[in-house]
Amino acid sequence: MISLRQTLNRLLAFFRSDRLDSEVKEEMASHLEMAVEENLRRGLSAEEARRQALIRFGGLQQALERHRESRTLPWVDVLRQDLRFTFRMLRRDSGFAIVAVLILALGIGANIAVFSVVNTILLRPLPFRDPQQLVRIVEKDPKAGESSKTYTADATQDFQQQNHSFQSVSGYFPFTGPDNFKLIGNSQPAPATGLLVAEGFFQTLGVEPSLGRLFRPEEFAQHSQAVALLSYPFWKRRLGGDRSIVGSAINLNNTSVTVIGVLPETFDFGAVFSPGAKVDLFEPFVMDVFRDDGNSLALVGRLKQGVTLAQAQSEADQLLPQFFFEHKHPEYGKGYTGQLTDLKEYVSGRLRRSLIVLWCAVGMILLIVCVNLSNLLLARAAARGKEFAMRRALGAGRGRLVRQLLTESLVLAAAGAVIGLGFAYGILSYLAHQGSITLPLLAMVRVDGSVLEWTLLMAIAAAMLFGAAPGLRMSSGNLQEVLKDSGPGLSEGRRHDRMRSTLVIMEIALACVLLVGAGLLLRSFLRVLDIDLGFEASHAAAISVDYDDGGNVAKRTAIWQEITSRSLMIPGVESAGISDNLPMSRNRSWGIAAKGEQQQNALNYIPVFVYIVSPGYLKAMGMRLIEGRDLNWDDLSNNRASVILNKTAARKLWPGHDPIGRTVIAGGMDSEVIGVIADVHETDAEDSAGLQMYLPATKQFGPQGSYLVVRSKLPPASLAAGVMHKLREINPGQPATEFKPIQSLVDHATSPRLFFVLLVGTFACLGLILASLGIYGVISYSVTRQTQEIGIRMALGATRSWVQLDVISKTFRLALIGVAVGIIASLVLARLIASLLFQTNPSDPLTFVSMLAVLGAVALLAGYLPARRASKIDPMVALRMN
Amino acid sequence: MGQSKLDLLQGTLDVMVLQTLHVLGPLHGYGIARRIEQVSGDEVLLNQGTIYASLVRLQQRGWISAKWGTSDNNRKAKFYAITKLGQKQLLRDAAHWQRLAEVMGRVLAMQDKGGQR
Repeated sequence: MISLRQTLNRLLAFFRSDRLDSEVKEEMASHLEMAVEENLRRGLSAEEARRQALIRFGGLQQALERHRESRTLPWVDVLRQDLRFTFRMLRRDSGFAIVAVLILALGIGANIAVFSVVNTILLRPLPFRDPQQLVRIVEKDPKAGESSKTYTADATQDFQQQNHSFQSVSGYFPFTGPDNFKLIGNSQPAPATGLLVAEGFFQTLGVEPSLGRLFRPEEFAQHSQAVALLSYPFWKRRLGGDRSIVGSAINLNNTSVTVIGVLPETFDFGAVFSPGAKVDLFEPFVMDVFRDDGNSLALVGRLKQGVTLAQAQSEADQLLPQFFFEHKHPEYGKGYTGQLTDLKEYVSGRLRRSLIVLWCAVGMILLIVCVNLSNLLLARAAARGKEFAMRRALGAGRGRLVRQLLTESLVLAAAGAVIGLGFAYGILSYLAHQGSITLPLLAMVRVDGSVLEWTLLMAIAAAMLFGAAPGLRMSSGNLQEVLKDSGPGLSEGRRHDRMRSTLVIMEIALACVLLVGAGLLLRSFLRVLDIDLGFEASHAAAISVDYDDGGNVAKRTAIWQEITSRSLMIPGVESAGISDNLPMSRNRSWGIAAKGEQQQNALNYIPVFVYIVSPGYLKAMGMRLIEGRDLNWDDLSNNRASVILNKTAARKLWPGHDPIGRTVIAGGMDSEVIGVIADVHETDAEDSAGLQMYLPATKQFGPQGSYLVVRSKLPPASLAAGVMHKLREINPGQPATEFKPIQSLVDHATSPRLFFVLLVGTFACLGLILASLGIYGVISYSVTRQTQEIGIRMALGATRSWVQLDVISKTFRLALIGVAVGIIASLVLARLIASLLFQTNPSDPLTFVSMLAVLGAVALLAGYLPARRASKIDPMVALRMN
Repeated sequence: MGQSKLDLLQGTLDVMVLQTLHVLGPLHGYGIARRIEQVSGDEVLLNQGTIYASLVRLQQRGWISAKWGTSDNNRKAKFYAITKLGQKQLLRDAAHWQRLAEVMGRVLAMQDKGGQR
């Protein structure tokens, strides 16, 4: 009968084995002493007393073994033996152990890291309450950026009141840029990013504050007391995690704002809704303030229990087309559309394919690693064949031997997994803090329970995979044959060789697929970098500028002129200008129509991206004027209604005619077209450019924030201090906002592609290295085994170059078969990633040929080293070796 | 010594150890082994070393406890004592062995009377 207590004690005993051993040894020693003493008292001689005592005791070692047996669990003890033996083996062969563990660590670590990313972005539900009920509502065919993905205050309220599918519908104002607030404290004003959210936004998501409370309905009324909710990192970093801050006031943009609460650490607005952005604080979105401002809310809703997405969609299809843009101005027209998408799907759905490709790529790496290890172990198996045959001959069971081998594989895999986990942890903490990679949810990536489970699973699977082949080989097979076969004979181990060659061919094929995939992605990425963006990102940088014009347009114009002219005084600055929006960051659009050409009604308005700018901005950005002129300060100070269009917009409004001097209705004003610029990619490098217009900052066209753009050959870092100095001369309250290179905006936009290219490229390189190691291992091993054979051939007259050629041709044969298999697989698999490519054919010959050349060269190099060694064999030495 | 000794049945050593500790109080391994040998009138084939496997087993079951101490002749030794749990177990085991011995006795007696050997 084994009770629970006993099992527990036995397990404990396993871990305290050494101490228990020494204790019982001491006990036995004292036992013997006592026996000897008693025998001496009985009158025996010292020697005889000792002899008798030992006889009565009956064997110290046996007693110790019995003690061990009865105190521990049998399987634990066997495991212990296996482990001890394994460690002894690995220590003796530490070179092999280190290489094996490192290779495994690379493979498993890469897999853990990618799994964590996949898990975070694709698999794990969003960190909200019942996230499956959350839905994002967006116009069906958004043409003009954020403005065409949003709804007016009136339409939002109509939808909130009339729908029957949603528990609640709320939204946020997506048009604010970074650093739109300044937090004024005791020291320099600090920039902060604030976001306006509509009533019930946090309740809809199911986010509870970690301190304080959420907004109350009355706080969404006009002219109510200003209140704010803080994000957790902002509260920790800027306000020192002070709990008493709740209920007290902070100074934002010279306004006293009461902090009512702090959001939980798990809530990261940017990660979900605006990748790469960080939001520091939230304020109420007051509907009445934005009622006349057009589309301003990005909508999120929570479905009622039991309502399906399809039901909600059909209701939205019915309701939204009836809604007026603005109740006050029915003449502006009506008719929205709404595409309802599961929030999770909206956030990460388009990344699914890329991530799955990444996952497969890293899976291939693990396969290559396993194949490589299998090979290493096979080589060892050959060397240890005799040892195992000997052990079988001495009575070790086949099961016991397989178990021993499996223990070795598991120990290697476990060590690899632990180090790999360390690798992955490093990579992930790096990735989580990369604000420049605009992948959603990436900021939330971390090693969690499911990642650890996955690691365990992978380690075991890998151990089984790479341990299987050597295990089977070692335990099967004819004893005698092995004992006979294991001498360094001539053509021995052909069968062995074939198995190892097959594995190497597999490796080469896998590496080939990875290389081709990486090559195609890289080519796409280069194509993207080659795109003419319509502006020159290099040698320009921007800074968010703060000033106080007191709502006076003339004063604002004067300040803008002052800022640009002073910036131009900084040595090295070539041009400077101001805009309220930069390309590839936030955007907005207005309706625009050509005057006089068509009958005027609301339907002729087409959405166009709007930029309110100063003279010199186009030049500072490196945008190219094709026709007409740039704005000048007179346009601004005289409130002249002028407009610069991009080529696509001009062509759309007046196909085939010269647009200069014609009139458009922009922002409700008749404006004269004074210039046309080359198209600028305003949202994304890969999309085609939309319609744009550049308006002077005048009475009619008020800017939303302002960025000073400076062009200079000098690096931005060296200009930053000078620019900040000039800005502080004009406004001492200028917060310490960052002077950002325009290139960073482009990098931001291309970062997801770069992310995938880098990862797949890294995996391909890893695969290539591992495959070449595999080739090297096999060829080098076969040269070693054939040393004698080669010696004989050379003695019979084979030349060095013949020997070399023979080895290289063997390598080449392996590589050729591997590459052939790889190409076929690549051609099939490349079709699957076609949608991830940009202007690149999935069977792009250049990529295929160059990747094959790389693989071929590496394979030959891997074969050349052992070939050279083979040709250096001295026949006399080789023949004498036996 | 010439005459053959009794081989110990599985589990009997444990009962002997418990009984010895029950009657004599705390003892070290050597003491227990000697005592069993003496009581059995040197009838039992006991490798004294086996006592330690039995002791660790009993200890893990919680039937005896152990602590280091000094023997009469000032030698460091581990002293074992029976626990409450061990007392209970001893009662059960003793009853079991007694019944078994009786049954064996009766069975063997019956065969004797029958006299059909």
